[in-house]
Amino acid sequence: MLGYVLRRLAGAIPTVFIIVTIAFFMIRLAPGGPFDLERPLDPLIMENINRAYNLDKPLWQQYFLYLGNLAQGDLGPSFTRRDFSVVDLFRTGLPVSIQLGGTALAIALVVGAFLGALAALRQNTWVDYMVVGTATLGITIPTFVIAPVLSLFFGVMMGWLPAGGWGGGRWQYLVLPVATLALPQIAIIARLTRGATIEALRSNHVRTARAYGLPSYVVVGVHALRAAILPVVSYLGPTAAALLTGSVVVETIFGIPGIGRYFVQGALGRDYTLVMGTVIVIAMFVILFNLIVDILYAVLDPRVRYD
Amino acid sequence: MAEETILAVRDLHVEFQTNDGMVNAVKGIDLDVRRGETVAIVGESGSGKSQTTMAIMGLLASNGRARGSATYRGQELVGLPERQLNRIRGKKITMIFQEPMTSLDPLYRIGRQIAEPLRYHARMSGKAARARVIELLDLVGIPNPAERVDAYPHELSGGQRQRVMIAMALANDPDMLIADEPTTALDVTIQAQILALLADLQKKLGMAIVFITHDLGIVKRFADRVYVMRSGEVVETGDTQKLFDAPEHPYTQMLLAAEPTGRKDAVPSDAPILLEGRDVEVVFSTGGSWFGKANGEIRAVDGISVALRAGQTIGIVGESGSGKSTLGRALLRLMPGDGTFRFEGMDISHADKRAMRPLRKRLQLVFQDPFGSLSPRMTVGQVVTEGLKVHEPSLKAKERDRRAIEVLEEVGLDPSMRNRYPHEFSGGQRQRIAIARAMILKPQVVVLDEPTSALDRSVQKQIVDLLRDLQKAHGLSYLFISHDLAVVRAMADYIIVMRRGQIVEEGPTETIFDNPAQPYTQALMAAAIDGTPFRRTDIEN
Repeated sequence: MLGYVLRRLAGAIPTVFIIVTIAFFMIRLAPGGPFDLERPLDPLIMENINRAYNLDKPLWQQYFLYLGNLAQGDLGPSFTRRDFSVVDLFRTGLPVSIQLGGTALAIALVVGAFLGALAALRQNTWVDYMVVGTATLGITIPTFVIAPVLSLFFGVMMGWLPAGGWGGGRWQYLVLPVATLALPQIAIIARLTRGATIEALRSNHVRTARAYGLPSYVVVGVHALRAAILPVVSYLGPTAAALLTGSVVVETIFGIPGIGRYFVQGALGRDYTLVMGTVIVIAMFVILFNLIVDILYAVLDPRVRYD
Repeated sequence: MAEETILAVRDLHVEFQTNDGMVNAVKGIDLDVRRGETVAIVGESGSGKSQTTMAIMGLLASNGRARGSATYRGQELVGLPERQLNRIRGKKITMIFQEPMTSLDPLYRIGRQIAEPLRYHARMSGKAARARVIELLDLVGIPNPAERVDAYPHELSGGQRQRVMIAMALANDPDMLIADEPTTALDVTIQAQILALLADLQKKLGMAIVFITHDLGIVKRFADRVYVMRSGEVVETGDTQKLFDAPEHPYTQMLLAAEPTGRKDAVPSDAPILLEGRDVEVVFSTGGSWFGKANGEIRAVDGISVALRAGQTIGIVGESGSGKSTLGRALLRLMPGDGTFRFEGMDISHADKRAMRPLRKRLQLVFQDPFGSLSPRMTVGQVVTEGLKVHEPSLKAKERDRRAIEVLEEVGLDPSMRNRYPHEFSGGQRQRIAIARAMILKPQVVVLDEPTSALDRSVQKQIVDLLRDLQKAHGLSYLFISHDLAVVRAMADYIIVMRRGQIVEEGPTETIFDNPAQPYTQALMAAAIDGTPFRRTDIEN
């Protein structure tokens, strides 16, 4: 198993390299640059700035310079947020995004799996219809609708919770953004769990457990739910990566200093290094969580073996 | 028989609520099981035999409902709350199923699964249960039980998994064991082992067995009494011997007569050789990973020579994994293989796809699965005439249609049904469609890969008759691949017995059946042919 993990991690290096290369040249293809303003700068100043950021060199040289710095863990200076390096920005923003996304993920998993399993066990009753109906609603309403509505109602109208801001991560500030992030995930996980549980309940080995008169908590808890969890686990890989690397919508609407905003801000401002940094961080999270999922799979399902 | 009745079923109905309305699967049957006896419930697919026992055990699907009465030692089971039912099932009445591959939970070790009924019914401690499990595994003939107790189901073969299920069934010394087609998914020699084991255990432990099966051969050797079911009703019941000697109901008579009969005469020894393969080898490499290096190879076909003469039927017999299907495909050059291949004397060993194309018309293949091998999105007419479009592109649509009508009539289907889709047909009809698809090209050689295995016995017999008629009418040569010896015996004049990619024995059909020389062939025959009592020592290897 350890050998497998090491091999997978080694395999991640070329993957990241390819992503970096494609992202590097793609962002450079976009018209405009980081220092283009509505009123053009004096050419002499422009030249100085370009020299300072190595933007005057041929593209291939810039590419190798970037790779060289990257190998040392240096993601370069941010072009639009002077005095900050991209690493600095992540160092302050990433923990915020992880705290926010991690809380949302944990809540979504617990609540979603519970509701999904409950609906499956009460299939075709009002409980089932409620869960499925609410889940469908949860999937169809986009976060950019949920977020302002929650903020308006609980923050502005009722005044129960802060309408926005981070407040150093105190729980009052977490509630609304976490709810916004978690709601659609609860809906998806509930639907997934419900389907998988229904299938597991119909499977032959659950029939065996029932035929042997095992109490229903054993039939369901031991034999059906463990099988039902497998598809949920594989869904969690990319989802965890997406949630932990921050949400543009939620961070923008609630004014949260995470890294989710950087992707859009960086792209719009042609902040090349910031965009590249975001791409790399997201890629690493995706690779890491897919690996974690694969390992979890092997733990949960003895038929899966990597050697 | 003065033994007390332990299970009494009276006027049992089973209904399913479906989108097409109410389906009555079981329509008021009576059934008795006495202490220590073996009762067989026989019927073809859809007869309601499985649903009867599912209803008794409270295992009907959620849209199913049972009415009537089924009492176990005076206790009414129909409508009994789950809690009370759980005091009986798994303890007094246990069950083994048709699907040994999926009836065990793949996520838990077998020891834990066998122990579960012990822990919840007999309230045994984990340690005591484990000791009992090892004892049970030994009883059902699992080698190294102390070690295998920690195996996962996927680490066991189908036969071993069924033994594990039997161990689980025996755990609490049940009064009655329901065996729902327990050997159908297994190879014949394994089948015989499992049946011998059940018979042996019954003698030792004295439980009653309710045996659900479609296989009359098993019933004859195994059961004391028989219930014959058809469309949800019991049409006949009686002592096995009496029922087999003098069946009263026409359906029973039909079932008994459904064993394929008749023999095929050998072809003259100077009949020309049509299709020939010499020293055929097909090797698969296994476990090749992303970083190269395959860690092994399987010799699926390992140096076999076959010569199929005009008008001949060669039966290729073997258990799953013996390489018989691979050999058939390699001979048709549908699968890469080494060796020398000839068709009508022409060397086709190195013929590529394009060179083979003009020959394909004359070399046809019919598959086992009549459900999977017909495109669900094409009408029967399209399915049947598709080959004509490729091989006789000059034919006009009208002419193709005429050929389709001709061939459908020949295989016994109503040609007016050619605009319907395959799902509207039964398994037997679909197999006729598949045969028509091959026959429309007027082939010389047809490889039939288990063409009757997915069908009920009575339908099997019809397909065998059809294939023989077609052979006579068109002078066809068949390569008949099957694990079913009764069918092969009726079809083939020459038999090749395969095991692990090699020929164990070959010869004319009578010789193989009457005087098998090799122990493996003898074991196969003993396992498959009527009238031989089970002996456990027969087939252990």
